[in-house]
Amino acid sequence: MSAFLHMGGYAVFVWSAYGLAALTLIGLTVATVVSLKRASAELADLEALAPARRRRRRPAAPAAEEE
Amino acid sequence: MADASLAPNPSGGFWHGLANPARFQRLSSRLLPFLVIATIGFFLSGLYFGLIASPIDYQQKDTVRIMYVHVPAAWLAMASYSTLAVAGFVVLVWRHPLADVAGAAAAPIGAAFTFLALATGAIWGQPTWGTWWVWDARLTSVLILFFLFLGYIAIRNAFDERERAAKAAAILALVGAVNLPIIKFSVEWWNTLHQPASVTRLGAPAMHPDMLRPLLLMAAAYLCLFAVLLLLRMRLELARRRIEAMQIARAGAAEA
Amino acid sequence: MAGFGATLARDLLIARREGGEALLAVIFFVIGTVLFPLGVGPEANLLAAVAAGLIWVMALLATLLALDRLFQADWRDGALELMALSPESLTLIVAAKCLAHWLVTGLPMVVAAPLMALLLNLPPSGWLTLIAALLLGGPALSLIGAVCAALIVGARRGGVLMTLLALPLYIPTLIFGAGAVQAAIGGFDASGHLALMAATTLASAALCPWAAAAALRQAME
Repeated sequence: MSAFLHMGGYAVFVWSAYGLAALTLIGLTVATVVSLKRASAELADLEALAPARRRRRRPAAPAAEEE
Repeated sequence: MADASLAPNPSGGFWHGLANPARFQRLSSRLLPFLVIATIGFFLSGLYFGLIASPIDYQQKDTVRIMYVHVPAAWLAMASYSTLAVAGFVVLVWRHPLADVAGAAAAPIGAAFTFLALATGAIWGQPTWGTWWVWDARLTSVLILFFLFLGYIAIRNAFDERERAAKAAAILALVGAVNLPIIKFSVEWWNTLHQPASVTRLGAPAMHPDMLRPLLLMAAAYLCLFAVLLLLRMRLELARRRIEAMQIARAGAAEA
Repeated sequence: MAGFGATLARDLLIARREGGEALLAVIFFVIGTVLFPLGVGPEANLLAAVAAGLIWVMALLATLLALDRLFQADWRDGALELMALSPESLTLIVAAKCLAHWLVTGLPMVVAAPLMALLLNLPPSGWLTLIAALLLGGPALSLIGAVCAALIVGARRGGVLMTLLALPLYIPTLIFGAGAVQAAIGGFDASGHLALMAATTLASAALCPWAAAAALRQAME
């Protein structure tokens, strides 16, 4: 086990590289998930306010309004 | 996009149907659990083989293990940029509404992978060459790729109008994609001119199959993670656009 | 072809009317180059070692500064829209604008290059190659820059953004150009570098006006 952690004397380098990879990738994932949850919550709030009108308007949306 | 109605479009087929955000949500919801499981599986096996069950390099000893987090990062950086280029192409040629969403989603992921490739490359360089940064051809190319990502993100944010931002970013991504091979070639050229004869390419140990296994496993792990993050960020981007549209509609209705 | 000639003549005329303003790029080129000995010291060998790369970097930056004038003025007064709506090919018009741009900013830099070489103690064996490289590569700088200028036309803080976009794309030109001069100084054959330089310019001439025209069109939609 200690040989594993020791990495032939290069522990600092190997572990900081792997640590950085973990930090970056996990950090990005967490940030994405948190933002997504927040946005979904906000969207749910907005939809609760005026649901029926939205759903009826969207399929009938004429080209003039979209463009 | 009056075309992208809720009814399925028989002529457009799969891709056109996918343009409907609700459809995309459903499809991504079904894909995500498999992708997440695959990601975790590949990471666990990749880390096991990379850190424990693989040999050390004759010259680089244990530091060669850094290769298993560095090289896949560089590969995914390239894959991310390719995603931007393909998305840009689709935006300009087929005007598929999800293409721009994919581009916006992929850019920060690509930038993160590129940063990781650079940082782990630097960490790898210190014990191997005794210096934190080495102007070797691959690292230099990755550095330039990082700037290309920054430029892409910057030009997206430079325009308030979404259409303009999407098209400008699309053109930039394609221009960058055409230039990337030229840049890589010129950097290789530059590197061979200035390289002292004794220095070999950073991180190219003889690829023993026992080293290839963790490398490919980690690459698969990174790729699955990219897919997961891409889908999540596309959903995020779509949610943000819906929120914006609804807020505008509400403001308009309030004024009426 | 008439559109090409007319646009070229128009841009050159505008540049001539601007007078000194058009030469600002080459003045920046000279002043910027002079800063380096002041910064790193006048030691002849040091300057000679970095001269080739330095002159090229300054050429890149000076071209970037001047790219503003390529589309912004025409965008602001609506002339760009007229150009896009005209029956002439926008690609040809852009190509003509790039040529005019290089004639006004790139060519003066070629003329100033021997002076820069002298100030930075570039060995005489490199002078001719420097001129050749700047002649072959200068148009590439204007062409590639035009694409970036077209992408950000009308954007806020477009100037700095354009710089960020263009610099990575300039790297091959820089490498081939500086490499050519350094090869000549070292006594090696620079023709390989110059050939690559020429290839870059030719490829840029073929592709960049088209890409820039596409970017301009989507900016005006």
